[in-house]
Amino acid sequence: MKILVAVKRVIDYNVQIRVKEDGSGVHTDNVKMSTNPPDDNAVEESVKLKESGKVKEIVAISIGEDKAQESIRKALAVGADKGIHVKADSYIEPLGIAKILKKIVEKEKPDMVFLGKQAIDDDCNQTGQMLGAMLNWPQATFSSKLNIKEKSLEVVREIDEGLETLEINLPAIVTCDLRLNEPRFASLPNIMKAKKKPMELLNAKDMGVDLKNRIEQLKVEEPPKRKAGIKVTSVAELVSKLKNEAKVI
Amino acid sequence: MSVLLIAEHDNSKLKPFTFNAITAASKIDADVHVLVAGTSCENVSKEASNISLVKKVLLCDSPNYQNYLPENLAPLVIKVSEKYDHIVASANTFGKNFMPRVAAVLDVSQVSDIIKVNGPDTFVRPIYAGNAFATVKSNDKKKCVTIRPTSFDAAEKSGGSAPVEKVEAVDIPSTSKFIKREETKSERPELGTARIVVSGGRGLESGENFKLINDIADKLNAAVGASRAAVDAGYISNDHQVGQTGKVVVPDLYIAVGISGAIQHLAGMKESKIIVAINKDGEAPIFSVADYGLEADLFTALPEFLSELNKLNTIQK
Repeated sequence: MKILVAVKRVIDYNVQIRVKEDGSGVHTDNVKMSTNPPDDNAVEESVKLKESGKVKEIVAISIGEDKAQESIRKALAVGADKGIHVKADSYIEPLGIAKILKKIVEKEKPDMVFLGKQAIDDDCNQTGQMLGAMLNWPQATFSSKLNIKEKSLEVVREIDEGLETLEINLPAIVTCDLRLNEPRFASLPNIMKAKKKPMELLNAKDMGVDLKNRIEQLKVEEPPKRKAGIKVTSVAELVSKLKNEAKVI
Repeated sequence: MSVLLIAEHDNSKLKPFTFNAITAASKIDADVHVLVAGTSCENVSKEASNISLVKKVLLCDSPNYQNYLPENLAPLVIKVSEKYDHIVASANTFGKNFMPRVAAVLDVSQVSDIIKVNGPDTFVRPIYAGNAFATVKSNDKKKCVTIRPTSFDAAEKSGGSAPVEKVEAVDIPSTSKFIKREETKSERPELGTARIVVSGGRGLESGENFKLINDIADKLNAAVGASRAAVDAGYISNDHQVGQTGKVVVPDLYIAVGISGAIQHLAGMKESKIIVAINKDGEAPIFSVADYGLEADLFTALPEFLSELNKLNTIQK
């Protein structure tokens, strides 16, 4: 079996986001970037499946500016076999990303596509499901446990009410939740070896798909700040404030 | 033109967030139509028709939709949506699951997780885990929108008598099969909708010590939350996690105990009406968002908190 795993380079989750004063977006210059956290889980799960002998090949893909290759190299360093970088110099909406991924799927013919459940920059939570619909493949979103069978996947998903178990036919789309596994760190020798693994270079505008964004970002602003609170000196004072001032208990 | 809202329900009644989504839909256009797709779900269609903001209910009663599998539900929504300019659902695990499939087939760029409706094509949505708010305008002719339920009030459950119209089921691909659903059983209110949430962090030091949190939660009829650090340390299960990677909660009262206030936790709770922080580290970032901060050792403060609550004559439920 073959897995295509999609990774996105985003502002690191530990970085305090700063909104630009002109309202055009957020500061990204000289800001630490890393792979979108649930995408790391997607890579880790692919590698575990390869180690268990159920999967033969892992292809890692990223769509974005040149530095997106860093996320691909990271995936190669923990066990992916080949990288595909689709160069795109400006933001592409999930709809466009899904169209590019569909082209790649048609060429690479994977049995499964793994993605993170959501990117932590635009927080759209769309790409995997859109790709599923475009390919007419079933999906398991928010996956926290996977069991590969011969022609299907048994998946446990995290839903609002608890857990849901599905069986979906292959080929299929899986979007990964943070609970799925604990992503490993790449060792230095493996990081060096990853540099020699093949990386195919493509360009988004040569993919033959409509990438025109449909959503205009009119402005980006800071969320309203909370007004400064007070420190109380005792539990009794706290309870009294909650009861008589805030009136919430 | 009318708005089509896809109802979330369990085949016997509407899920609470559907009422919030209806309010949001009514801000896009007053002519709100609700699609109830399920199995033996006629009662749900009656419940929807009683909502005063709802002008029409479309009922599709078929075994195809018993478990809301997105591969099955999306083709029905696509067919029904022909007459609508807006297709709307809650941005929870229900709406997030099927709506992008609808949008992809319609070749529409979905607007996810909106917190405000500025007009029929302009919305506000949080990005970067709520660290920035983006105002966006959709230029697609048809619009697929998901709604953050906690940002809108719940619609009135009565006062309406919308007609119920039956719609035919469509063919399903049969590529996915529902096996089971294990709902987290709890005597306490659900984390996503509770009026009060009491959360514990790494400061609790162990899973057993969460009893201190549970006792307060029981007294206040509150849900129990946790930081990612507490979940990662194995003190409590993941379904309690509040934050960017867990649940976003907006209760009237949020009590953070032994939680330092990492960015990713703040993203999940900072819209709460009143925030209380109890932490022995006076410099912890959680104090910067707290309305009431108590710098104290939680192991003495929590038992004291409970005994103070016990002294109160009445506690709001």
